[in-house]
Amino acid sequence: MKRTGLFTLQLAFTLLVCAFMLVPIVLSVMAGLTRNYFQGIESGLTFDWVIQVWTAYAPTVWLSLQLALACALCCVVIGVPAAYALVRLDNRLSRAVEELLVLPVAMPGFATALALLLTYGHYSGFRSSAGFILVGHVLFTLPFLVRPVMAVMQRSHLPVLEEAAASLGAGPARRFFGIVVPNARAGILAGTLMVITLSLGEFNLTWMLHTPLTKTLPVGLADSYASARLEVGSAYTLIFLMLIVPLLVALQVVSNRLSRGALR
Amino acid sequence: MTGTAIRLRQCAKTFQGGQTALSPIDLDVRPGETLVFLGPSGCGKTTTLRLIAGLETPDAGGRILFGDDDVTDVPIEKRGVGMVFQSYALFSNLDVAGNVAYGLKVRGMPKAERATRVAEMLELMHLQDFADRSIHALSGGQRQRVALARALAARPRILLLDEPLAALDAQLREQLRVDIDRLLRTLHITAIYVTHDQAEAMALGDRIVVMENGRIAQIGTPQDIYQRPANAFVAGFIGNLNRFDVLAHEQGRARVAGGWLPWNDTSATVLCCRPEHLEIVHANGALQGQVLGQFFQGAHTRVLVDIGNGRQLLVDSRDDRLRQRGDLIEMNVTGPLFALAA
Ligand SMILES: Nc1ncnc2c1ncn2[C@@H]1O[C@H](COP(=O)(O)OP(=O)(O)OP(=O)(O)O)[C@@H](O)[C@H]1O
Ligand SMILES: [Mg+2]
Repeated sequence: MKRTGLFTLQLAFTLLVCAFMLVPIVLSVMAGLTRNYFQGIESGLTFDWVIQVWTAYAPTVWLSLQLALACALCCVVIGVPAAYALVRLDNRLSRAVEELLVLPVAMPGFATALALLLTYGHYSGFRSSAGFILVGHVLFTLPFLVRPVMAVMQRSHLPVLEEAAASLGAGPARRFFGIVVPNARAGILAGTLMVITLSLGEFNLTWMLHTPLTKTLPVGLADSYASARLEVGSAYTLIFLMLIVPLLVALQVVSNRLSRGALR
Repeated sequence: MTGTAIRLRQCAKTFQGGQTALSPIDLDVRPGETLVFLGPSGCGKTTTLRLIAGLETPDAGGRILFGDDDVTDVPIEKRGVGMVFQSYALFSNLDVAGNVAYGLKVRGMPKAERATRVAEMLELMHLQDFADRSIHALSGGQRQRVALARALAARPRILLLDEPLAALDAQLREQLRVDIDRLLRTLHITAIYVTHDQAEAMALGDRIVVMENGRIAQIGTPQDIYQRPANAFVAGFIGNLNRFDVLAHEQGRARVAGGWLPWNDTSATVLCCRPEHLEIVHANGALQGQVLGQFFQGAHTRVLVDIGNGRQLLVDSRDDRLRQRGDLIEMNVTGPLFALAA
């Protein structure tokens, strides 16, 4: 194939954009592995910073992971039936609810957090628990689960499948768990991965809602950037990337298979 | 398995928004018979089927009975009906055997018995080699056979089929129709079969219900419907039809464009007959006309004849003699002739 000048130009532009986005990440990762950032890479590579971060901030990593999993669980438990109801109803009310669901995404996280604080702030037990952050995360991530699940449900001829199941003697609960959920599994999986990813990285809301005892990974990251050496912050970023990149890859794989319809 | 009778009493259906899909109808389906609902699109076939299935509820006052049980308020999952849909509606999260076993599992049939029944059903539908296949790896015809096996596995009282062959190509449709026919005959199950294909209706139905605009236009055997259509709609919907406007009545004959027809009843204004019940004769025919065209159709030759007064006839002739446009021919009526309200 003969490559034209235009192709070369496009390639160069693409590479440039990639570099623009990737170089800061690479530099940050390198900084986290360099003995002394101000002397540069000649000072030698080390895992000291990573280990230091891990000893100081390991609880934030665990909390974030727990939060993300709990958040995904809540979203699935709330979101799948909600998506089902929205698809089944499909009237003006259900469309309004669908719009409403997206509101916490559109609103600045601070505003949502403030609303939560105003409403539940005085229940001090709840306020100081990680559950408070969980509520914020669920609010924020729910539409990211509901949307793909709805999309899959709309595509998969659910009504007639359910009618078939009903004619075979299956009651509503049996139909929901035996037919609806399995046939929406691709959407549920994609949504769950998305929710976990978003929950792990969520900062705005979490920063407002956290207490010194309920620090998540991104909040810890902000802390360390603000208060510790640059290398510490960067090492922290490295740990975060190690968590989030596999998830993003999984997300991509799932959405690829989804668009090919292989998981239908 | 002996079939269950179905009775509909004054069942009407009005959808939200005031759309009347069905005027109040009474219908008696005999135990074990195959009843075909036939009619043009939107005439209410599916609606009636869904009322019987329990997927829709009739308007107040309508009752549905299976045998002696009033099932009007029984939800579909407790009615014991098998359903087959045009879109197959197979569960793609289960394999072929899983689909067939679904209804048995729901009913709590023990595993060993279930396996035997599933194997039996798959064999009945010639699917024994496909038990572990994914639904996606099946052709349309195979999918519909799985759907049939699934619907019949739990031995339903009644089998309801909504245009099960409509999504298949002609050859496959014919094949599967024969399979379904054999199945319904051997099982003696009460079956209702919806179609808008008259050939399918004729071939499968013990009786046919012709529907028009949410009403039953005629119920009868295929022969009844074909040879003695109750009204112009039925007559026109099934097969081709020649219509003669009666110009005068005279001595047991009716004068029509192109000649005379033997007819006693002087009240008839329109007489009809089928193209295959007209015969081209050499002389002394009751009707005369001029050939407009001739189309070879394999088993017969269809001749288009002008009989004057702007009336044309279709004649299905067994001979394959070549006729030219403009040739004068004579015809006799050899089969049933019937009157229609104009
Ligand atoms: N859910 C519904 N809401 C409103 N109107 C409906 C609904 N279902 C069917 N109808 C209307 O009721 C009438 C009968 O529909 P039905 O589906 O029974 O027709 P049909 O004979 O099965 O036609 P087809 O051969 O096209 O399947 C149609 O006019 C249709 O528009
Ligand atoms: Mg229909």
